[in-house]
Amino acid sequence: MEELLNVLEKNSRLNEEQLAVMLDKSTDEIKSQIRELENSNTILGYRTLINWEKTSKESVTALIEVRITPQRDLGFDKVAERIYRFPQVKACYLMSGGFDLTVVVEGKTMKEVALFVSEKLAPIDGVLSTATHFILKKFKESGVVFEKKEDDDREALVL
Amino acid sequence: MNVADMVLPKIKNLPPSGIRKYFDLLSEMKDAISLGVGEPDFVTPWRVREEGIFSLEKGHTHYSPNAGYIALREEISNYLNRKYNFNYNPSDQVLVTVGASEGIDLALRALVGEGDEVIFPEPSFVAYMGCIKVSGAKPVVINLNEREQFKLTAEQLSNALTERTKVVILPFPNNPTGAVLEEKDLREIVNVLKDKDVIIISDEIYSELTYGQKHVSIASFKEVADKTIVINGFSKAFAMTGWRLGYACGHPAIIDAMKKIHQYAIMCAPTTAQYAAIEALKSCDEEVSNMVKEYNRRRRVLVDALNKMGLDCFEPKGAFYVFPSIKKTGLSSDEFCERLLKEYKVLMVPGEAFGACGAGYVRATYANSMENILEALERIKKFINTL
Ligand SMILES: Cc1ncc(COP(=O)(O)O)c(C=O)c1O
Repeated sequence: MEELLNVLEKNSRLNEEQLAVMLDKSTDEIKSQIRELENSNTILGYRTLINWEKTSKESVTALIEVRITPQRDLGFDKVAERIYRFPQVKACYLMSGGFDLTVVVEGKTMKEVALFVSEKLAPIDGVLSTATHFILKKFKESGVVFEKKEDDDREALVL
Repeated sequence: MNVADMVLPKIKNLPPSGIRKYFDLLSEMKDAISLGVGEPDFVTPWRVREEGIFSLEKGHTHYSPNAGYIALREEISNYLNRKYNFNYNPSDQVLVTVGASEGIDLALRALVGEGDEVIFPEPSFVAYMGCIKVSGAKPVVINLNEREQFKLTAEQLSNALTERTKVVILPFPNNPTGAVLEEKDLREIVNVLKDKDVIIISDEIYSELTYGQKHVSIASFKEVADKTIVINGFSKAFAMTGWRLGYACGHPAIIDAMKKIHQYAIMCAPTTAQYAAIEALKSCDEEVSNMVKEYNRRRRVLVDALNKMGLDCFEPKGAFYVFPSIKKTGLSSDEFCERLLKEYKVLMVPGEAFGACGAGYVRATYANSMENILEALERIKKFINTL
């Protein structure tokens, strides 16, 4: 299972037949394992990693530190939910340390993100403070380096 | 004076590379996929490179002791103990060399010369034949075959032994076939050699790259432990070919002899590489295991696809090569490889490059990305369909 997930995490476009050969399983086994992983929400989806900077799409990403007052019985979950339900929020993590939530927000411009923070995020009941950090350049994401891969510089023939 | 005549006849007569023409073809070709490379496609793990850089920053730019830094020899000894239960004393049983290549050469130069015979199996790594010839000894080739899964059998070995045999080279896991020797195969070989005055050079450079079973070394049989020189290195397991670092382990008398040649010819192995290698041995188990898993997946893909195309391919259990038979195509290995390269831009190496008995086979390496392997397989399939 773990190896199947490792392989799919790197390349979700491999089909069941290819996966079966790579992992020395039958195609049916692979199919049923994948179904199981999907049903249990272990596999949450299949996506493509895109470097949007290569396109003309305008986009900025900010990392926002949020401090909140936990609520009785609910801890941080309720406030977190009110935050992560906004589609602008791409990721939301509960943190240890000096603040409580990391919220990743994407927008077209810095202004748009700043407005989202001041109009939507900060006024939420229980949010004590926010600190917004804009991402200037992405070097690596999900284990993938954004710069062009270095060419294979090996001699083409070595005995 | 004719300068060319000054070259020793045994050197002049060393055969030129049989695959020259492939270099020439390749040099004028774009987007060819090479399955002809005998080294990992992975880059050395970053933590290892980082140690190398750090050692340079600290100014470790001097010669090391002849035998290599004792800290490295200790790590090698620990590593071999952890992996294969060996007990080599780092102070006099471990020699750090410039790749396994130097280890092979040193062992042969220390042990054999005119009048001695060296037995080794083919198909195999091309350096054995070359180094034996340079040493002046007589190469005695055992032809391995697919029927036996390219294993060296005790019977073949027994038949090749004479009173002049001084060294037997055991190159398993094997380049180019991917064959391995299992414990029971080794047991039979040990029985043949245990009472003979013969030294075994066991080239175990691919020992970490085995699939489905762990590598077993002939040096772990105590009947022959003293007469075995284990050659290994960092090139394949840790993806460190360019660092040029290997090691030889064995009886102190032989290691000492090898060290003398090493000290006069080379002085010491590269210092930066030695610092990096300590880190490799200490903390790269997970990196190595991930590389082995990836090789294994590619190996399965390659073997499966070649067999489905009708290029019969026994299951290689080690190294990163497959060695399919192309006899059914009616082409010679050379024709096959040349046409495959010219017409479909995929490079494989004709089996003859590894010894005459490699005729009818080709070597393909899976030290290439899955993406490239899948693309190469598509091209090979098209080629086969035109035949
Ligand atoms: C069987 C075998 N032994 C030794 C070597 C040389 O290794 P190193 O880079 O450690 O000199 C190779 C390299 O291809 C090999 O295939």
